[in-house]
This record gives sequence, structure tokens and C-alpha cells, in this order.
Amino acid sequence: MKKYEYTDKKDTRSGFGAGIAELGKTHPNVIALTADLAGSLKLEAFIKEFPDRFIQCGIAEANMMGVSAGLTIGGKIPYATTFANFATGRVYDQIRQSIAYSNKNVKICASHAGLTLGEDGATHQILEDLGMMKMLPNMTVINPCDYNQTKAATIAIADHVGPVYLRFGRPVIPIFTPADQKFEIGKAWHVNEGDAVSIFCTGHLVWEAIKAGEMLSEQGIEADIINIHTIKPLDEEAILASVKKTGCAVSAEEHMINGGLGDSVAQVLARNYPAPLEYVGVHDTFGESGTPDQLMQKYGLTADKIVEQVKKVMARK
Amino acid sequence: MQTTFTDTQALQGRLRLKILGLYNQAHAGHIGCSLSCIDLMIATLILRKREQDTFLLSKGHAAASLYACLNQLGDISDEVLATYYLNGTTLPAHPAPNKHRGIPFATGSLGHGLPIGSGIAHASKLLGDDARVYVLMSDGETNEGTTWEAAHYALQNGLDNLVVLIDKNGLQGFGNTADVLGDTADVRKWEAIGFDTVEVDGHDVDGLLGVIDQVNAAPNGRPKVIIAHTVKGKGVSYMENRLEWHYLPMSPAQYEQACADVTERYLTTIPNVAERTTVY
Repeated sequence: MKKYEYTDKKDTRSGFGAGIAELGKTHPNVIALTADLAGSLKLEAFIKEFPDRFIQCGIAEANMMGVSAGLTIGGKIPYATTFANFATGRVYDQIRQSIAYSNKNVKICASHAGLTLGEDGATHQILEDLGMMKMLPNMTVINPCDYNQTKAATIAIADHVGPVYLRFGRPVIPIFTPADQKFEIGKAWHVNEGDAVSIFCTGHLVWEAIKAGEMLSEQGIEADIINIHTIKPLDEEAILASVKKTGCAVSAEEHMINGGLGDSVAQVLARNYPAPLEYVGVHDTFGESGTPDQLMQKYGLTADKIVEQVKKVMARK
Repeated sequence: MQTTFTDTQALQGRLRLKILGLYNQAHAGHIGCSLSCIDLMIATLILRKREQDTFLLSKGHAAASLYACLNQLGDISDEVLATYYLNGTTLPAHPAPNKHRGIPFATGSLGHGLPIGSGIAHASKLLGDDARVYVLMSDGETNEGTTWEAAHYALQNGLDNLVVLIDKNGLQGFGNTADVLGDTADVRKWEAIGFDTVEVDGHDVDGLLGVIDQVNAAPNGRPKVIIAHTVKGKGVSYMENRLEWHYLPMSPAQYEQACADVTERYLTTIPNVAERTTVY
């Protein structure tokens, strides 16, 4: 198992904040909008540097999505920011009609996704957003895994013309990807080479997958770990190449198993190369209050659970 | 570039015939909705919208009126217009985006036009150009909460280049607006938010032009709303103020009657009244 170490921990939303502040310097057309969550989205640096390129929409997310679509006329690149729950489910029709179907260059940037929002509870812990967004034609869907990857993705999407859903979160987690990385939309990152099992992971579960890979390696099982940061367009080539080598796979995501990354992987395998697949994700239930660690344990979004699913899927080969 | 017409009444008649022709060919509904707002569209989209301006038909169910106007302006050819409603058309019952100049957004899912229009108007402010945005909504559409989110946004951001037109015919899909959710398009609501408001006869094109010029001459930081009192089905005797003409299609006999009504009402002073047979 390739060794991954970290010296610092940060939240992915801070990676977004740092990314958009840097982007502001090189991309004068980038503007930031928020629905009264500027602090939560770590927009302070951008606002300080570019006060004229910040739009406060108030607690009116539906309008923010429509306004963002309209702002693209003339070449602005709006980054519409709020919590993932309000950035998707609350405003699905606005996104569907005005952004996705109308194919406008809006970047929907969503923080506090998933269970790791913690004590705020199920009302705010959206676990369906990736599914909703990936079903929309024209929409690119990205779920980065740490501070550096989120920052790089935030910068990269500015040069992609078309709607993007960028999902990140609140908890402080290890930074294990390089600071100078170039983020390539739709190109999976090969975290570890192995031949026993494929692990396709995204978002906060990538670090868990690395820890799982280390545990498995100690037991003589070398996992092929692939970070699918771009849920759509999916890197089908990387998925198939890996599973053709390993013969089985586990998906790992902080999302409902219905409609998430695992389902996308299943579809690719079913169509091209049927192989056993097990899921690590949330099983058709809402979240609840608790610390992020408590919730990730309780709902089985951990390295231990990945190891367990690996054993299960390898037995099915 | 501004198009001018010496006889707006003839245009009101011709476009109505074109609209009726489309609905007859498609055997489709929403006729009353299109006839209600066509005069507003003549005044804005055809007679006042400049190249740099945007017109959004937020009440997208009246798409036939939009297509008729864009055909009049030369943006949709007769050949394309003839495909209205058909499989494979770029002109479905509700406007599809990016298929024709003048239709940059999908509309018809109600309540989307005003947020979009506010964004376009805001972009113009940020870019420092003088473009205006006209958003045509129905009074029933103002039931949608996004109307009020967008209205506050437009005021807060000083979007005096935004002109909201409300086609206030007092009827929505299945009832009087007063009975469904009350008068959500009441002028006092817009005044309370801080819009410049004008109420006007929505079928008097000259009066509408005057009002449009008046609101456009007031760059005072306040967005504008023109509440146009209209008649659903305007111009066709048996459709006027009748709820059922929101959804009903015409029988062949009804189509003949409708064309006769429009011809008599708007085109009797035009030498070649047989023109309708060549239009559609």
C-alpha cells in the first residue's frame, strides 16, 4: 500500500473559500453569490478582495439559482453558494429549468453535505444530492475529498463551460492530496495500485478508503483504490480497467446508496463487465443528530466498514 | 434597431390570426392565454425591445404568442413555425432554450422568469451597459413564491432596468385568481416592496408604449412593474373572459368563428382581409 501521510487537517469548505479567492485574481468574470451563508461557505477572503463581485441573495435560494442563470448572459461566471440541502432539493426545479435544461454556465457550490454536518440533524444532512444532480442532463457533478482537491476543483470548474455541482463539507479532515495538483474534471485519481479488489471512493470516504487499504495490506490484500472525484462525467475507463484486473469492487461515499457513486459504478459494470459490487453508503434512511464521528460510525461510513465489505465482495468472486 | 409599424391594429389582428392558426394546426390549448398577452408583446418585444435588451415570456404556456412575434421579427421562419407542436420541433408547447435567437431560457414552469430576468438585469448593471429586461408574467403566476424573492432582490440591487409586465386577466388554470389564492398581483404589494408601478389597459398598444417609455425614462434605482389589465381570449367573442379557454382547443367551426371575429375586430380596415388564409 502506497503510504499517505498528512501534517495538517482542514475542512473542504475552506478549500473552496481559498480556491474562489485565488480564482478571483485570475478570472474577473467570476462572481460569488450566497443565500446568507457567506461565513459558512468561507467567502470572507473573496468578499474582502472583490466586494463588487459578491452578491448577497438573502435566504432565498430559489431566486439565487434563477439570478445565477440570468447573470451568465454577458459572460459572468456565477458561483452560487449555500448548504447542499438548499442548493439541490430545495431548488431542484430552478436548477432543472433555468440552469441544466437552459445549459447556463452556473457553478452550484454546496457545503455541509452529508452526515458530517453533525448535530444539525437530518433536516440539513442531505444524502440525495449527488443522485439528483447527476440525473440532470448537462450537469457536471464533483465531490472532492480534501482541502487541496476542493481548492483545485473550485479553480478548475471556472474554465469548464457549463453547469457544475460542486459538493463539499464541514468537518476538519486530513489533507493528503498535493497542494500543487491540477484538477482534471472526469479523470479519476489512482490512489493505490492493487489487484485483489477495487475500491471506488469519493469525498470524505477517500481518507477512510486509504486507511482501509492500509489495514487490508497488512493482511496481504492489496486494494486498487480509485478516487472518483467527478461523479459525472464518470471515468468509466478507469473503473473498467480496475475491475477487469481485480474482478470485484466496493464503492464508498457519504451519500445514499440509491443514486450515488455506487449506483453509477454498478451501471457501468452491469453494462460492460458484470462483477460483484458491495456498497459503503447510507441505506435508505435519514440521518440524525450526533458528532460527525459518531454518525459515520453508526451509519457505517468508515475504514472498518470498507474492510468488511471488501471481505464480503472478495468472497463473491 | 427598432421596428416600427404604421398600423398596430393590423399587427394585433395579424398576430392573432397567426396564433389561432398555430393552435388550430396543433389542436392545442392555451389560446386564451396567448390572446391575453399578445398586445403586451407587440408593445414590448416587437415595438420597444432593442437589440441589447432581453424579453422573457415567463408565462411560457403562451409560447404560441412568442413564436408568432419572433416570426414577425424574422427570427423564426415560416417553415419552422409550421413545425409547432410536432415531434422534433424546436417550438414545443412551452419554450425550449437555445434553439432560437430570442429564447435563451426554458420557461413555462412558472415563477422562473423573474429570477432569471433579475439576474440578466443585474449582469447589465455589473457590465455597465444600458440593456433592459422585460419579463412578462401572468397574474396567476405571481402565486409562485419566487416572484417575491426576486422582487425584493431587484429592489435591493437597484435594478431599474428591469420591467415586469403582468398580464392581469383575473383567470388562471382552473379558476378566478381571486378565488384560487386571492389577488397576488395586487399593485399595492409591488408598491409596498418599492417598485415603480403603473396600471394600464393591456390591449391598448399606444397606451402601453407610453407607459413603457415612461418607466424606462426613470433610472431611479427602482425596478418597474406594469400591471396590465387584460381579457383572457381577447379578440375572439366566445373566448373572452371564459376560463375554459385556458386549456381548450378549438373545433374547426370554432376556429372559423375565431378568425372571423379577429378579422372583423382588427382587420376590417385592411384592404386584403383574405390575408389570413395565406398566413395560416
